[in-house]
Amino acid sequence: MAAPVPQMLTANRLRDGDVLYWKSGAWVESLKDGEIFHEAAPANAALTAAQAYVGDNVVVNPYLFDVRMDASGIHPVKEREIIRAAGPSVRDDLGKQATDPSVRPVPRPVPRAAQPKDDDVSI
Amino acid sequence: MYRYDEFDARFVAERVEQFRGQVARRLSGELNEDQFKPLRLMNGLYLQLHAYMLRIAVPYGTLSAKQLRMLAHIARKYDKGYGHFTTRQNIQFNWPKLVDVPDILADLATVEMHAIQTSGNCIRNVTADHFAGAAADEIEDPRPIAEIIRQWSSLHPEFSFLPRKFKIAVGGSPNDRAALKFHDMALEIVKNDAGETGYRVYVGGGMGRTPYIGYVVGDFVAKPDILAFLESVMRVYNEQGRRDNLYKSRIKILANALGPDEMRRQTMVEFEEIKKAGTLQVPREELHRIDAYFAPPEFEPLPDEMPASDVDFENWLKTNVAKHRAPGYAIATISLKPIGGVPGDATHEQLDALADLMDRFGMSEIRVSHEQNLVLPHVKKRDLPAIFARLKELGLATPNAGLITDIIACPGLDYCDLANARSIPIAQKISERFADLDRQHHIGELKIKISGCINACGHHHAGHIGILGVDKKGVEFYQLQLGGSGAEDASIGEIMGPGFGQDDIADAVERVIGCYLELRKDGERFLDTYRRVGMTPFKNVAYGQDLHAAY
Amino acid sequence: MPLIKGGQFVEDPFFFVPDGKAFPEEKGTIVTLARFQGEKENLFAHHTPVGVRLASNENPQVLKADLPRLAVIVLEFPKFRDGRAFSWARMLRTRFDYKGEIRATGDFLFDQIAFMARTGFDAWEVRQDFTLDEFQRAMTEISHPYQPAADGKKTIRELRASTSSGT
Repeated sequence: MAAPVPQMLTANRLRDGDVLYWKSGAWVESLKDGEIFHEAAPANAALTAAQAYVGDNVVVNPYLFDVRMDASGIHPVKEREIIRAAGPSVRDDLGKQATDPSVRPVPRPVPRAAQPKDDDVSI
Repeated sequence: MYRYDEFDARFVAERVEQFRGQVARRLSGELNEDQFKPLRLMNGLYLQLHAYMLRIAVPYGTLSAKQLRMLAHIARKYDKGYGHFTTRQNIQFNWPKLVDVPDILADLATVEMHAIQTSGNCIRNVTADHFAGAAADEIEDPRPIAEIIRQWSSLHPEFSFLPRKFKIAVGGSPNDRAALKFHDMALEIVKNDAGETGYRVYVGGGMGRTPYIGYVVGDFVAKPDILAFLESVMRVYNEQGRRDNLYKSRIKILANALGPDEMRRQTMVEFEEIKKAGTLQVPREELHRIDAYFAPPEFEPLPDEMPASDVDFENWLKTNVAKHRAPGYAIATISLKPIGGVPGDATHEQLDALADLMDRFGMSEIRVSHEQNLVLPHVKKRDLPAIFARLKELGLATPNAGLITDIIACPGLDYCDLANARSIPIAQKISERFADLDRQHHIGELKIKISGCINACGHHHAGHIGILGVDKKGVEFYQLQLGGSGAEDASIGEIMGPGFGQDDIADAVERVIGCYLELRKDGERFLDTYRRVGMTPFKNVAYGQDLHAAY
Repeated sequence: MPLIKGGQFVEDPFFFVPDGKAFPEEKGTIVTLARFQGEKENLFAHHTPVGVRLASNENPQVLKADLPRLAVIVLEFPKFRDGRAFSWARMLRTRFDYKGEIRATGDFLFDQIAFMARTGFDAWEVRQDFTLDEFQRAMTEISHPYQPAADGKKTIRELRASTSSGT
């Protein structure tokens, strides 16, 4: 049986919209400091616990997202989360990457043959 | 341009205080996010990927130097030093803090600006031809009626909780520079046989998941009747627009479900009643009063010769300078599309410098175009070399207006919570691929429009070449559409087929261009050739097969 | 639910009778549209004053003939985003010249109250902890409107004309 995909928990801070990551019952600003869940149960427990911060008007919209690990560290799977963690891909002087270049995404080499094809035009 | 009186000023000031109260109630928890969201959207405040985004209204794309300086100030004080001009003539800031927004709005109010109704299910910013008041082909300046519509639609009690957003545009020329037919409702200024000006009203255009070209719902609406007519259409929509399905809730769906005859009939029922009641009639004095704000500046009698300068200047003249109605004057387009740059972005330094430039050379007027460029509508031809030199210093003199590198792109996945794919890097790749100016001129007029999701904020359906970013199993793909147009010859681009990867899309565009260059007849733009030969030859080359033997 | 009318908390002289329930002996009755259409004459004969509660997708024009006999029309907001009731209220007030009470019920926001007043609502069923201060604030946040509405309030254009003619 395949191991579950590791996940992390994120939200935006209400006051300033900043991207936050869950760590041990509280929030940190950098993805690399965040807590990784390797099982569904602790992930869901954290998501439930995060609701208290919603109720306290500290964060909005907490949710879990997939990550992967490689030699260079933890990386989100989806492009959207890569961009949220680092900043706009077109301005490396903006967002979290401006003060912490280590969060800039590491390009993922995917062999051309292995790339999925767009085989329909449904949206 | 319009200037606030005490009533306008109080309105905006009260609105700021109202929002300040709403923010306080949100932070205290009296309002939860679900309740707060429509309220903040009605003040143009989104929550995006990295931060909040504030969309500030630029009514009919017109700004004063004072307003430009304030936008520069806001970029510096509250944001990260730049702003983004949108496809609805507005400006967006990408990094404001919620807690600062009431102060930002208060600062904006001091220069007669606001963010009212730039989002939400209400009537949005009324857009208009960016050459208004200056174009040689203009019948009448569309901005006075746009201002009247703006006021009527501000905090309209009946139409603030519509099924969905509602976008209105006004055009004053037979050459449609405002993409009228892609709007929920649009007014085209026309003259009747008696020589009176009135409005041809379109309804039901739209982009998004199901694009539509609008149809005529009012052939000639007299000026005093126009608000009554618009209110009639809005009422039919508010009562019957679908609220069960987000993707079917725009008026375009209702307008096409009812059909033109029934839509007109229902509109006329409302219209007769409202007109009879008389409260929405626009008196002639009011029309003249508002007209006066937009009276053309004093144009000096000047010789109509264009000064000569260097090659760079000549190149810029070819694309970025348009004919003005007054001899000796011209309309200058300031490109916000430097090769490889982010389309539509401007730094606070550029905004401040442009404020000085427009004061010095531009009769203190500047416009935002829905193609994400800026326009100096009234410049003297003899000043053009000096203007060009200054723009060059500022990095705003790219001579590409209307050419392939004058790309329209939404912020896309780099900024936007709704996006499926990034759009800006694609614009940058294509821009760099076609950077050579001779090549750009050889290709000629070509409008590329890129959207990062089906919401189509990049207006890709109206691109000669439209590009839609999609997400397929976590990978960004880009679908091509050909043959769209937002002008008076409006058409929706046809989808070519499966999408291209981000490493392939610039190649695909290049092959499509190559095909056009092989097939075109004398004088044909890309759009013309496409309309003549259809999709097949382009599709064949785009996917790497041979050009069709018949050609 | 607490009822605000005329800027005050008032006793509700009506009782909403859900479909299928018997009518009370005292108090006026409010029923759904379907029930009204089915039992109209009985209601008017034995259970006045009568009111009808409309769902957001129910167009009040079906009540046109009965309006002179209806003391109250209740317009529902199933969700605050559903803004149809603003048009229904406007229709009742200006098209049909309805003189009875137009009452708001359901999920509406404080920030919609001013819009409701302008379109013809004059009574609100509010949440338990709602205060009159909040109501007053809602009604006075924006002093002058740009556009005419069912409330007949002077628009900014009219105010401009009267201030300039006054000089």
